[in-house]
Formats: sequence, structure tokens, C-alpha cells
Amino acid sequence: MTQTTQHTLEPYFGEFGGMYVSELLVPALEQLEAAFIDSQSDEAFQAEFDKLLHSFAGRPTPLTLCRNIVKNPLAKIYLKREDLLHGGAHKTNQVLGQALLAKKMGKTEIIAETGAGQHGVATAIACALLGLKCRVYMGKVDCERQQPNVFRMELMGAEVIPVTAGSGTLKDAVNEALRDWSASYDTAHYLLGTAAGPHPFPTIVREYQKMIGIEAKAQILEEQGSLPDYVVACVGGGSNAIGMFHDFISDTEVKLIGVEAGGKGIDTKQHGATLVAGSKGMLHGAYTYIMQDKYGQIEESYSVSAGLDYPGVGPQHSLLKEIGRATYVAINDDEALEAFQTLSRTEGIIPALESSHALAHALKIAEAATEETVILVNLSGRGDKDLTHVHSILSGENYRENK
Amino acid sequence: MSSTITSSTTTAGQRYNKCFERLASKQQGAFIPFVTIGDPNKEQSIKIIKALIDNGADALELGIPFSDPSADGITIQMAAKRALDANINTDVCIEILTEIRAYNSDIPIGLLLYANLVFARGLNKFYGDMKAAGVDSVLIADVPMRESEKFEQAALKHDVAPIFIAPPNASTDTLKKVAAHGQGYTYVLSRAGVTGTEVKANMPGAELINTLRQYDAPAPVLGFGISSPKQVSEAMANGAEGAISGSAVVKIIETNLNDEAKMLSELGKFVREMKAAS
Repeated sequence: MTQTTQHTLEPYFGEFGGMYVSELLVPALEQLEAAFIDSQSDEAFQAEFDKLLHSFAGRPTPLTLCRNIVKNPLAKIYLKREDLLHGGAHKTNQVLGQALLAKKMGKTEIIAETGAGQHGVATAIACALLGLKCRVYMGKVDCERQQPNVFRMELMGAEVIPVTAGSGTLKDAVNEALRDWSASYDTAHYLLGTAAGPHPFPTIVREYQKMIGIEAKAQILEEQGSLPDYVVACVGGGSNAIGMFHDFISDTEVKLIGVEAGGKGIDTKQHGATLVAGSKGMLHGAYTYIMQDKYGQIEESYSVSAGLDYPGVGPQHSLLKEIGRATYVAINDDEALEAFQTLSRTEGIIPALESSHALAHALKIAEAATEETVILVNLSGRGDKDLTHVHSILSGENYRENK
Repeated sequence: MSSTITSSTTTAGQRYNKCFERLASKQQGAFIPFVTIGDPNKEQSIKIIKALIDNGADALELGIPFSDPSADGITIQMAAKRALDANINTDVCIEILTEIRAYNSDIPIGLLLYANLVFARGLNKFYGDMKAAGVDSVLIADVPMRESEKFEQAALKHDVAPIFIAPPNASTDTLKKVAAHGQGYTYVLSRAGVTGTEVKANMPGAELINTLRQYDAPAPVLGFGISSPKQVSEAMANGAEGAISGSAVVKIIETNLNDEAKMLSELGKFVREMKAAS
């Protein structure tokens, strides 16, 4: 503990972040931090990560200029096609990185939490590939409404553990994963699914997602010859957004916009717009914006999109909001569902409901543009997982009246 | 960690010091039961806590219910849920604490809770209100030593003892800090994991306790997985000055929700048996 401990990462983003966990978990998180720092200068590690991203996951992903969806001739929308990544979403990027880190630390088991199952599926993919034993905590309610993803995980050898505690959704799955980890850290790595949670997860996950923005910037410079005016991404925990934003943060002329789940409206209690309508507090190990009552009890979030249905957010987003470098807005369920259908119909791409939120806001910007405007949207995932859910909503008799 | 108020400049934790001195003179350790405040509701919770005192608890460890208790096993989770369902919040907890302190002016009262409840009230107001309600110590389950400075400062400002956890896997550096910054007592974890009797306490914790003594830490009290008198006497034999039992106590509440008289008599019996072993 003497010659290496001075090499640590900054655990805070302004006042946000930190390592608010039981003392028991501090050694495991500090071990992870040290392994990550070491891996950054480990050429063999980086080469293996790059190789997996390229030959297994399918990086780089393309950039697609929309042909039909934008009616305003002054505006262009480019899509960064994370939907084409193996696994169907950006999640695979950082999961491969963390799984390699787990192996580097000599861990043989992986614990993960999942909401809709996308992170669970990505984790199961990486564990099958790299020979790690995998158990995934998933709220019982989510298991029932995302049965195909439960089967996907099980097919790839993961054990899916339904969580009945609390509300039986994502936040309870995180709690259960933390409980497991506090007894199993010697052999298990907790592979957290987003750029939130205790230090060093927000930094590690960002570093393993930042290729999205780096690639997209090079691609748009190549195609367009200039930087975009807007970069738009959806924000649940915030990993696809921070991965997309990171390389643009120093380009201050580029407007960064994070789109949260407005659910049934931020004036109702049924939304997941933590940065737009929440307040500062601590959840799952980090000081950040959260949804809470006046006593600090965590409130349930809601969104049609399970991936945005989370009452917290990554701490770096809280800082970007605080300093005004990024703007956060909310898109409601019905607007996201509209964008989901419009992209399918006009461009032949079925987006994830999460990404549909980002797209819906990008379409608003495009329609309102009065001068030439280039918008880069992170299409973070594909919509296959949402087909049954969306079909049942659209065929529901109340759908049209509810709009 | 540069403290503007240090542990040596306050009198926080005096009730604990007196309690441990009194017990030491009788060659006893402390038995400290834990319950969640407001479980299963305000009225019964007050009766429950008074029963713990009446049957010989040397100190109390009380939890403020939280929606997301990620360091607790299923028993304490359910207790928090019962209390929250009964509309218990921090304000109601303060009313209950005030009533308990009026009932007994000597017993040390410790709080065990989660950080967001402190953030939501504001650190200064939280510790000030708790001091006024008669609380002696505060342990925050999800604030490890490396995040503790602002909480410690607020605690010491209001003469409340900050309690720290000494886990079995802690580095020497962490244990030194636990010894230097803690007051009242040191919460020694018997094992990894979360609260609950499903996984028994590991014995002995003697080595950890000896290390803490070497660094002159406040009285070591063993917790996590302690549910029998035999474990209490083993904890004392290994050098602990007390033992905390939470889930086993809460389980008695859980299994007797429909029979208050039986609940209180079984709680009393459990406390007497555990105390006899300390």
C-alpha cells in the first residue's frame, strides 16, 4: 500500500460524486481504481480491449445522415449508430472493459444489476466470451415485463436473480447487487452498468464509453467539415450521454443536450427526469441529483423506457448541469413513442425507446432551426427489445386519447 | 484529514464512557439491542424501545428508516418498510427519541442511518436536532472514513459522538483513523456482508479488537450476525466491550406483529438472556 497509493483518480466532479459506501466496500473500490489506473498504461490490456471492440463488438460504428426525417431544409440530423453494436446498444463497450479489468484483478465472478435487461445481456455476453461466472440481479417486476432478455441472459450462461425487495425495479436491483458484493468482493467484481454509483465507476465507465464521441467527432468532421451545432443523447444513469459528450466538452461552441425521461410529464410524479426536476442528494454511492422527498427518502421513477427509469444520475452530468456546460431537458413518453415510429417509418431504423427520447428532442431543434443547423444524435440502442412493449401500447385502446 | 474540532476538545460520547466504566467495574460488557425507530408504528415503537430499556439494555442502537438500505439484510429492510408505511419520517423519529430520552436520562442512545437522510436535513441541522432529542452518537452506514470529515465536524460541533466501523478487511491506515476519529464506541464488524442472522458472526474478532486497542480506539463493540447469548459471551471473551444485536431483535417484532403483549414479553426475555451473557 505504499508506493502505488499516490496514484489515484479524482473522486469528485465539483461537489458531486464521491465514494459513499459501507467501509467494507472501500478496499474493493480502491483495488478497482488501482487496477484501472494500471490498465491505462498496460499496452497488452489496451490492445486486447481494442481488439474485442473491433473484432467482437463491431467498432467503429457508422455515422448515418438522416435522409427523410427532417422536414426543415436548414437542419441535418446525424445518427451515431450504437444500435449496430453487438448486443444492440452502447452497453457492450464498457462491459468488455470492466470484464477485462475483473480478469486482471484475478476475480472469477461478475455481479451485475439490470433494469430492462440490456446491461444484463451485455454482461452475460462478456462473461460468456471471457469465461467469467455471471449473476445478474433484476427486479421481479422487470423480469416479468422483459422475459426475452431474461432468456437471453440465461442462454449465455448467466444466473438471473429476481429481486422482490422494495419496488422490484432497477434501484432495488442495485441495492441487492451492493449487498451481494459486500460479502463476495474477494472473488467477485461488481460490474456496474452506467456512469453512476461510487467512485471510481463514473470515471471508469466514461473512459470505456468515450470512444463514442471520439469516433463521432472524427466522422462528422470528415463528412461535414465542421463540428456539429448540437450533440444530443438520452440520460438515464448517463453512460451513453457522457460517452458521447466527453470529447466535445472542450469544444465550447458545441451545445450538449441531455434528454431525460419526462414520463407522463414532469409536473406529475411519474417521470425519470432527475436533473430537470430532482434535487441534490446521495444515492447508490454518489452525491448527485436524485429524486427524493423532503426527508431524503428515494422516490420511484417512471418512464415508458426502462433504461431511463432511474431516480439518480451520474455525478459528472450533475456537474455539467451546474456549470452550464450541458443542458438537460425532458421528453415525455408520447413524444418518444412518436419518434420511435417516425424513425422506423422514414429511415428504416427502429430505435430503442431510450434513444427515441434523444431523437424526439433533436427533431424539435431541427424543426425550430432558422439557420443551418447540424445535430448529432447518439442512437444508443436498437428497438428490438421494445417491440412487444410498444406494440401493446400502440394497440391499447386508450393510447390515442392519452396523447 | 485536518480537523478544526478534534475528538479531544469535546465531551461527545460521555454517556458511553460512563456506561462502559460502570460495566467494567462489574466485569461486564454492554448488550446493545438495535431496532428501527417507528417499526411497526409510532406508538408500538415507543413501547418496544421502553421494553428494551426496562429489561436491561445497556445502550440503544436505533435506526431511522430509509427507502434504500443497501447495507442491510432482509430483516432490517422489512422493518424500514413497515415504519415508512406507517408514515414515519425523520421528524417523527425525533419525537420518539425525545420521548425515550425523557423516559431514561442515562442510557446511551446511538443512531444508525444512511447518509441521504442527513444530507436532506442539512448536516448542521441534523446533528443539532439529534443532540436536542438526546442522541449520543451517530453512525452513518454509507459514509466510510474517506468521506467522513464534514459529518464528523458537524457531529462534534453539536457534541454528538461520531461512530466509525472497523471492518475485518480494513487497512491499518483505516483502523488508525477509526481509532483517532471515533468517540463513544467502535462498531467492529464480525464479518463481511450485510446485517442479518442468516450469516452468523465470525469468531474470534480478537485480532481486530487487539489492533484497535493498540491504537487506543473507543470501546470495541461487535455487531453483524449476533443472535445468541453464546455469541455475546464469545464476543466478550475476545475482548469486545459490548455486542450489538439487530436482526434477531427485529425478527421478534416481525413475528409478533399481531400480538403486542407477546411481542413485548419475548423482546424482554431476549434482552434479559443476552444481557446475562454480557
